[in-house]
Amino acid sequence: MADFSILELEYWNERIEGLARNCGLDYYNQEFEIINYEDMIGYESYIGMPSHYPHWSYGKSYERIKTLHKYNLTGLPYEMVINSDPCIAYLMKDNSLLVQVLTIAHVYAHNDFFKNNRLFKLGTKAEYAIEMFKNHANRIREYISDPSIGYARVEKILNAAHAVKLQTERVAEFQSGSEKKEEPKFAIKENKKEFPNLERYSGSPAGSIDKELQEDLFLSEPQEDILKFIAENGCLQDWEKDILSIVREEAQYFIPQIETKIMNEGWASFWHYNILNKLELPQNMHLEFLRRHNEVIRPLKSSINPYYIGFKMFEDLYNKFGSEKIFEVRNTERDQSFIRRYLTQELCTEMNLFEYVTAGNDYMVSEVSDEEGWKVIRETLCNTVGIGSIPTIVVSDWNKKDNTLMLKHEFDGRELELGYAYETLKHIVDLWNGKTLLTTQLEGKQKSINCDEAKRISLYG
Amino acid sequence: MTIFRECSNDGRDRSAEDRRRHRELIEDSIKKNLGNIIAEESIIGKSKDKKIKIPIKGIKEYQFIYGKSKPGIGVGNGEEKRGDKFSGEEQSNSGKDKAGNQEGEEIYETEITIEEVVRYLFDDLELPDIDKKQLSQLEEKSYRKLGYQNRGIPPKLAKKRSVVEKIKRKQSFKRAIAEKSQAQPEDISSDNENRRFPFVEEDLRYYRIKEENKRDYNAVVLCIMDVSGSMDQTKKYLARSFYFLLYQFLQLKYSNVDVVFIAHTTTAKEVNEKEFFHRGESGGTYISSGYEKALEIISQRYSPANWNVYAFHCSDGDNWSEDNKKAIESAKRLCEVCNLFGYGEIVPGYYSIGSTIKTELLGKIDNRNFAAININKKEDVLPALKKLLDKVSDKDVEQEG
Repeated sequence: MADFSILELEYWNERIEGLARNCGLDYYNQEFEIINYEDMIGYESYIGMPSHYPHWSYGKSYERIKTLHKYNLTGLPYEMVINSDPCIAYLMKDNSLLVQVLTIAHVYAHNDFFKNNRLFKLGTKAEYAIEMFKNHANRIREYISDPSIGYARVEKILNAAHAVKLQTERVAEFQSGSEKKEEPKFAIKENKKEFPNLERYSGSPAGSIDKELQEDLFLSEPQEDILKFIAENGCLQDWEKDILSIVREEAQYFIPQIETKIMNEGWASFWHYNILNKLELPQNMHLEFLRRHNEVIRPLKSSINPYYIGFKMFEDLYNKFGSEKIFEVRNTERDQSFIRRYLTQELCTEMNLFEYVTAGNDYMVSEVSDEEGWKVIRETLCNTVGIGSIPTIVVSDWNKKDNTLMLKHEFDGRELELGYAYETLKHIVDLWNGKTLLTTQLEGKQKSINCDEAKRISLYG
Repeated sequence: MTIFRECSNDGRDRSAEDRRRHRELIEDSIKKNLGNIIAEESIIGKSKDKKIKIPIKGIKEYQFIYGKSKPGIGVGNGEEKRGDKFSGEEQSNSGKDKAGNQEGEEIYETEITIEEVVRYLFDDLELPDIDKKQLSQLEEKSYRKLGYQNRGIPPKLAKKRSVVEKIKRKQSFKRAIAEKSQAQPEDISSDNENRRFPFVEEDLRYYRIKEENKRDYNAVVLCIMDVSGSMDQTKKYLARSFYFLLYQFLQLKYSNVDVVFIAHTTTAKEVNEKEFFHRGESGGTYISSGYEKALEIISQRYSPANWNVYAFHCSDGDNWSEDNKKAIESAKRLCEVCNLFGYGEIVPGYYSIGSTIKTELLGKIDNRNFAAININKKEDVLPALKKLLDKVSDKDVEQEG
C-alpha cells in the first residue's frame, strides 16, 4: 500500500524539524494525518475542515476536484494545511516517500507563516479555528433540523450569504473590533496610502467618494461589511442573523489566506527547497525531489502560479538581503504590498510577465516586461491578487422611506460582470427583504442597477 | 511535539448529502434546458441506452466579480510583444484558486442517456397511458425464463447450469477423497483424477418458465411534414423537436417503434431522416398529397390490425385552397386507421389564430382521435405534446387554438 512506514516519516520529520528550527522557522505544534485519496478530496472540498456545515456548494466542489484529478489537471503533490493551533496537515497515503518528505517541509513553512504573518495574527484565532468550524456546523445543523426552519430556508440564506461573504472589511483587524473605533477604511483609501500609483485604476478623483456622502443620509460613512450591515439593520430573524454571522466569521478566517496566497506558497516552496537540499537525500530521492519541486513551481502558461512567483521573489530577496529580511517580509506583508515593494524589473523579465487585455474572444498582450512596461505590469498584478481581485461594494446608504438598500461599487477602472451582479443583487434582496440599488460605472457612465422586491432587475443611468 | 496519525474515515462519506443536493440542482437545470438538448439529437437510430453528451451550465455561485474587460497578468516565454493576440483557450485557469472566486462560465459536460432525458421530460408531465384499449386488443402470450428447477422436460434443459452442478458434485467428491486419503494415506490412487465422471440425474437443472401476457409491441409513427418553400429552418427545427419527443414517448410505451418520414409539397414522397429535416424544397402545398402517401404506406406495410399507427402532420398551415376539401377527406380516412392523428401548426414568432386548413380540420373532423395543436416557439413543444396525448380522447382539445 503505502511505500513508507510511520517510523520512516518520523525519522525524516525529526531531521526536517531540526533544519527548520535552525533556519529560524517558528511554528505551532504540528499534527499530520495520513489519509487516503478519497478522504483527501473530501477534506479539500470542505476547505480542509474536519467538520464544516453542509451546503451544496461543497458537493459541487467535491465533484469539481474529483474531475480535475481524474483528468490529471492538477499534477501537484497533495498537501493541505489548516491554519490552526496545533496546525493540522494532511498527507496522502498513496504518495511516495519523497513527496511526503517534501510536503512535511512545505507544511512547516506554512505553519510558520500562519503563526507569524501580521494578517493571520490579527485576523484569525488559530487556537479556536477547529472549534469554531465545529460550532458553526452544529448551529447550521440545528437550524436545518428545526421543524420551524428546515433545510430549504437555511439553504436560501446560505446561498445569499455566500454571495456577499467577501464583501467585508478589507483590513483584517476584527479582533480589535468595535472597541477600537478607527478611521473608516475603504479599499481605495487604504490602497492609496500604500500604493500612491493607484490612480491608473481609479477613474474618479479621490475626494468625490467623501463628498457624495455628505448629503442628509442615514449613513454618515459607507459600510464595507454588507452582511454585518444587513444583520444589524435588516428585518431578519435571529436564526437568520446567526447564519450571517457564521458565514462572516468564516470569510474573515479565510481572508488572510486569500490575501497572502502568493507569499504563503512562495514561502513554503522556498523553505521546502532549501530544507530538502540540506537533507542529504539519497540520490534517487534527490532526483525525484528536483523533479517534484520543478512541477510545483512550474510557470503556468498564460496565468499566474503563486508558487512560482512567490518562490522566485523570496529567493531573490534572500539572495540580495539575506535571511533576516525575508523573515521580516513574511511578518508584515501581504501579496499586494509584497509585489508592490519587491517585484523588480529583473524578476519581471526573468519570469516573462506580461499584461493582457481582452480583445473580443481572444486576448491581446498589452504590456511586456521591458523598461517602460514592467511597472504597469507590477501595478496590474497588485490589483489582481488577494482581495484586489474582488470588487469593492459598500453599503452607501439606507433609504428608509421605501426601505431601499443602497450599494455603491467603488469604481477603480474595472467594470462589474453584469450577469453576476444581477444575480448577486437578487441574493441581497433575499437577505434585505426590500429593494436594493447598486451604482456602478459602465463604459464611462454612471449606472444604477435596481433590484426590486420581486427580483426584477432594471438598469438605468 | 509533532504527531503522525493514520486516519481513515472508513468509507464514511460526509460529502454525500451535499453532493446529492448539488446533483439535484443540476438535474433541475437539465430539465430546464431540455428544450435545447432534444433538438440536437438525431431522432432515429439511437438506442435509449445511448449516452449523449450535453453541456450543463454549472450551478453558479454568484458574487460580485469583475467583467472580462479587466487586464490580467500572464507568464509567457519571453517572446510576447505588445499587440500579440492569443486565443481564449490558452488563457486557462490555474485550477488552484481555492478562494472560491473562480469566475467565468463553468460548463460541465454530463453524460446522460436518451432514456434519462426522456424520463426527466415525462416525469414532470404525468403523461397519460395512451389508448389502453388498443393495447390490450393485441395481447399475446409470452414466455420468460425465471430461475431453475430440478425437474422438467428435455427442451427446457439448462445445460450450463447442469454442468455447474456436476462440477460442484465432482469437487466435493474430490475433497471427500482427499480427506479420506489423509486419514488413510495408502489409499491414494493417481487415476482418481482421470476417472470419468458422468452426469447423473440429480445434476440436471431445468428452466422454470413463466407465462406472461405480452402486450402489443409494434407502433409506427408517420411523420408527415410540409417541406414547401414557406417551411424555413426555424419551423423545421420546431417540427423536429416535436417529432423527437413523440418518438421518445412512444418508445417508452412500445418495444418497437418504426418511424416513417413523409415529406410533401404538392406531391409527397417517403424520405430518410436527413432529407426530411434538411432538404428544403420550393413550391406550393397540397396537404392532401402527404395524407394520401401516409394512407398508402399504412395499407402496404402497417396494417392497423397489427400495428398501432400514429400519424402527425406538421405544417405552417399554408395550403393551396383548392386542396382543402381533398385534405379534409384524407384526414378523415387517416383518423379511421390511426390510433391518433395529430395536426401541428407551426407558426413561430407570433400568435396566430390559426389557418384556414386548421379551422377546417377542426370543424369537419369529429373523430375522437384527432387533435390539433399550435407550436409557436421552442417552449411550446412539450406542452403541445402533452396536450395532444392528454386530451386525445377529449373533445376539448379541438377548442384549443
